[in-house]
Amino acid sequence: MTVLVALPFLLPLLGAAVTLLISRWPRVQRAASLLTLAAVTANAGLLLAETADGTVISSQAGGWPAPLGITLVADPLSALLVLVSSVVLLIVLLYAIGQDVGGLSRGNPDVFHPVYLVLTAGVGLSFVAGDLFNLFVGFEVTLTASYALITQAPTRERTRASMIYTVVSLISSILFLTGIALVYAATGTVNMADIADRLATVPGDLRNVLGLFFLVVFGIKAAVVPMHFWLPDSYPIAITRISAIFAALLTKVAVYAIIRTQTLLFSRDDITDVLLVFAIVTMLVGILGALVQDDVNRVLSFALVSHIGYMIFGLGLVGVPGGHDDAGVAGLTGVIVYLVHHIVVQATLFLVAGLIRQYVGNTSLRSIRGLASVSPALALFFFLPAMSLAGLPPMSGFVAKLALFQAGLEQGGPLAYAGVAAGVATSVLTLIAIFRIWVRGFWGTPSQAIVAAQSALSSGTGRFGIRWMTATTGLMVATGIAVALLAGPLTEIGTVAARELISGEAYRTAVMSDSVVAP
Amino acid sequence: MAQDDERVPAVPGPPDDWEAPRERWLSTVVRPAFGPRSMLLEVVARMLIPAILVFSVYLLVAGHNRPGGGFAGGLVASMAFVLRYVAGGRYELAAGIPARPPVILALGLLLSGGTAGAPLLFGEPILRTHTWHFELPVFGEVHLLSALFFEIGVYLIVVGLVLSVVAALGARMEAEEEETRAWGEGEVR
Repeated sequence: MTVLVALPFLLPLLGAAVTLLISRWPRVQRAASLLTLAAVTANAGLLLAETADGTVISSQAGGWPAPLGITLVADPLSALLVLVSSVVLLIVLLYAIGQDVGGLSRGNPDVFHPVYLVLTAGVGLSFVAGDLFNLFVGFEVTLTASYALITQAPTRERTRASMIYTVVSLISSILFLTGIALVYAATGTVNMADIADRLATVPGDLRNVLGLFFLVVFGIKAAVVPMHFWLPDSYPIAITRISAIFAALLTKVAVYAIIRTQTLLFSRDDITDVLLVFAIVTMLVGILGALVQDDVNRVLSFALVSHIGYMIFGLGLVGVPGGHDDAGVAGLTGVIVYLVHHIVVQATLFLVAGLIRQYVGNTSLRSIRGLASVSPALALFFFLPAMSLAGLPPMSGFVAKLALFQAGLEQGGPLAYAGVAAGVATSVLTLIAIFRIWVRGFWGTPSQAIVAAQSALSSGTGRFGIRWMTATTGLMVATGIAVALLAGPLTEIGTVAARELISGEAYRTAVMSDSVVAP
Repeated sequence: MAQDDERVPAVPGPPDDWEAPRERWLSTVVRPAFGPRSMLLEVVARMLIPAILVFSVYLLVAGHNRPGGGFAGGLVASMAFVLRYVAGGRYELAAGIPARPPVILALGLLLSGGTAGAPLLFGEPILRTHTWHFELPVFGEVHLLSALFFEIGVYLIVVGLVLSVVAALGARMEAEEEETRAWGEGEVR
């Protein structure tokens, strides 16, 4: 059973090595890549099946006991996120393969496949890391892979964007490392479960500073306003498969890190107000930014920033002294459901933007027109996740937002009410931003260039490529609908995970003394 | 003035029967990356590289108990290849490495990942080290750890990575520079 905890990063690393060795045979390379990700997904499914009831599984690398060695640990939250991210990675890989086979991408598959799997390994390691330093390693593996991926099919703009991205990521990594050093100086350990115990003896002010420090570190990576400026300048520029994965996963890994550190390590101190203020500002600034963009990808990037605010809002409902524990659990459950919903929906929307790019050549709102008559499937595949993003029933976004708003109202207090109001306003504004894309891009008569591009794409290998890409986008849309249909079980797992996160008992016991702790 | 020059050469050359040294210190026709070739550097490279490589292997093996390890060993070994590149240019670098850098990197990753994951097959945690003791004729008692294979993998990854960097930032740019110069000369002619 403890094997399952090690495989989310070990399998993709081995897969990366194999795909690097066989890069001369593109078909074999694609097959190896797919096989690896399928195995990772299956493993994640098993891991979630084991942990869904609140069981926490830990494994000590090399057999070194807990506070000394490298700890890998999976609780319901990590297992759920590993599963969702590997499903999304798998579908985006299918999309990318279709694009490559159809000759519709200028990316370099020799580089893409190994580095993509390394990115998978980094994401997996971040989710199962049981100590701060390995969390850092997981982030770095992910980021190093992302530096290589963001400059796929290099152009002047991509190189410029990747410079911003690299510099900001490096700065935040240096801060992260500094934070680990400070925590180590204060507690003498980097194992998260151990830190959680030892922080009790650390003076409250110092603990507060450390907590806020980590909030800033992960806030940069998660693009929380006012640390979001780099995201809309870098994500939209990369090629489709890359921006889809970045938008879906990289910021969510940081949100996961915020949840983990703020619940497990810094739960004794009340920074609820700070979180709620960050959340409200992030929601509003992000979506107001989205309203004035004239490029689909940039609208989606600003919407991404804005919706990070919802997750921070839910986390801000936890741990209010004198507040309702139930409201905290409900808020955290909402965050977990929101994470799952948002990973899938963001990936879908960026894949749709990639299809638009195939037809139009770019994603500027000035040049797209009449896409609904060019490709009805494309219109449908944009419409469904967009409605989900705005939070209209019966889509997954509605379920997630409803859970968060209910928790906010239950918690009460001026900031919680303000947060709910900002959340509702953001939903409405998201709807407006989506309708701008819909009205300008999908209605009307398509221009000559778009019709020409469509007829060019309806023959030869391009036809196979575009059909395959549309089909995989449809698969991602179906995944989004499945999230909505499975909202019941998902909320159950979310509640179990939220209770587990707030008490932290099982996690600490599993890491420090026993390898498997049932609830 | 011209007649004076004919009678007394400005720089006395070697006698006609004098033979220039023909030893090749490096394995290819030397074309340093930039500037003229330096015999001194070639000789030093020729003498130092084997010693550096042996030292890197020492670091690799010693790393279990003393300072060193796969990472340090790999860095030292890649310095040998960098020296060879600086002295002899990109053809010399290509002649000196056993496989393409990505292949070295991939093999290292496979070896490291495989060693890290092998204990999982026996129900042990990842990265668990296994120890073998046995007698060898010359070495005496040998204390072999499975961690050594992990370290060898790291060594190969580091060498592959540094060589990739040298290939991308050195050799590739050098080739582009040569193309530009050849094109420039063609224009002049």
